[in-house]
Amino acid sequence: MTQTTSFPIHDIDTVPEAAISPRKAWPSGLLPWLAGPAWFVAAFVTWFWPDADDFPATDSLAIVFAIMGIILVPAALLRRFSAKAPWMIALALGFAAWEGVQAKLLLLPRPFFGTPQDLLDVFMTDWHKLGDSLLHSLGLLAVGYITGSLLGIAIGVGLGRSARFRYWVQPVIRLVGPLPPVALLPLAFVIIPSSWAASEALMALASAFPVIVLTWSGISAVDPAYYDVARTMGARDRFLVFRVALPAAAPQIFVGLFMGLGMSFAMLVVAEMLGVKSGLGFYMQWAQGWAAYPNMYAALVVMSLMCTGLITILFRIRDRILGWQKDGLKW
Amino acid sequence: MVNATMTPLGIQLDNVSHGYDIGGRFTPVLENVNLNIAPGEFIALLGPSGCGKSTLLRLVAGLEAPHAGRILADGAPITGPGPDRIVMFQDPTLYPWRSVRANVALSQDISGRVDNAAVDATIAMVGLQGFERAWPHQLSGGMAQRAALARALVNNPRLLILDEPLGKLDSLTRLTMQTELLRLWQDRGFTVIMVTHDVEEALLLATRVITFSSRPASVVSDINIDLPYHRHRDDPHLLALRRDILVQLGHSADW
Repeated sequence: MTQTTSFPIHDIDTVPEAAISPRKAWPSGLLPWLAGPAWFVAAFVTWFWPDADDFPATDSLAIVFAIMGIILVPAALLRRFSAKAPWMIALALGFAAWEGVQAKLLLLPRPFFGTPQDLLDVFMTDWHKLGDSLLHSLGLLAVGYITGSLLGIAIGVGLGRSARFRYWVQPVIRLVGPLPPVALLPLAFVIIPSSWAASEALMALASAFPVIVLTWSGISAVDPAYYDVARTMGARDRFLVFRVALPAAAPQIFVGLFMGLGMSFAMLVVAEMLGVKSGLGFYMQWAQGWAAYPNMYAALVVMSLMCTGLITILFRIRDRILGWQKDGLKW
Repeated sequence: MVNATMTPLGIQLDNVSHGYDIGGRFTPVLENVNLNIAPGEFIALLGPSGCGKSTLLRLVAGLEAPHAGRILADGAPITGPGPDRIVMFQDPTLYPWRSVRANVALSQDISGRVDNAAVDATIAMVGLQGFERAWPHQLSGGMAQRAALARALVNNPRLLILDEPLGKLDSLTRLTMQTELLRLWQDRGFTVIMVTHDVEEALLLATRVITFSSRPASVVSDINIDLPYHRHRDDPHLLALRRDILVQLGHSADW
């Protein structure tokens, strides 16, 4: 869209967030040059300061830190990652401090508080099981969330457009929707024969509720003139729903999809801890049972990356579909 | 341009009455309206605010069916909306999620008959070349209304129904758009029914000006404007007509 820049009219440029924040960007002077050395400091602390106990993978951790430093020095030279440099320095110093406090001085009670090398060791030795759990979680989540979202959009459209549908369905939604889906878990495990199917059903229910309400609200708020325009051109119901109502309600529907995704994350963990015998929730439960806290932390890290990754994907889709919107919200 | 065989539509209203339920009570809006609009005429409807002119347009568009009476298009009763009768509203009502080009192509998306050349030509005709890929929120009010005009004209409608289409534009843009509307009507020859609140606008553009009473609306006067185009705002004949119409609308002391 190069032509938009030449518009002689108002409010074309949405202000990027970076421009609003008081410090537009960090000074591009010294900080990028300090990022690499900061990681060398962390590597130095890890390698040369003797461990307080016999920890695994201390050497590997020092090497990982050093590699970070080796990457960041030429990055500064090439002026890449300059904006991330303050974060890189903070991370390096944070790891160095953690390393000092726990691995070298053992100031916090074990085994609840692990060391960075404990965590690295889990990733190095148990990555296969962690990856397998991640895939199981993703599979469980995908089926439940996608089912729930599609169902939620369909029900929301029905509520927004048909009085008869609203008459029958709205009371059910009002009764069942606000109930935390977790509360139905014991019942679902009894009624539905497989714990997998029960979890999927509850996850679909959990994600459907916000999607229903926000789709409904979005559809109800569509300017009736939008329908008139299409109707005078001979549009039928199908066009009015799929090409007018849904695009017009899309901004709200995405809020619903976002909230539904959060709900399904919660449901996923509960289902895996209580019924399903695989996935990250199950892994965490198992790790806690064996007091393998580093494994639990590792699973937490993986889960957090999974959740933020999925939300990032959702926002990418949103940015693509809602590119016409004026707002500049970025995840 | 695309459809050279287009013939303008004639509209006939026979004793049309209509009303709405407002708060459980039936409120009549139109009462025994009789109108005969010949193909190719430019009709301006004037009347007090809220008198039911827009309702009349909705009936002719086929968005609603009248409670009583008949509306005929070329002798056949109107049973619903149709692509040969296109409405343009006071607000551009462009779809914000469609680019200018996709908005103009809306009627083709609905009918499934794609004619890219017609879309491009219509965009050029209203002077929006270069803005095809812009989003509606990037347009000024006048540009948005031009896009809406292009959207209405792209499939060569036989009747253009205009509900105060220039009402929200600034006065200079308005003058330009009046001239363009007139030029388009003269070039293309469709029938126009336009609601306006601007007596001068009605007299500058229309071949016939019809005034309505306040609600429930019925026809008060039906004036042929027998002046050649291009008309001038200070033409004494036009000023005299303007005075007469304002008096009819009950504004004898206000002008």
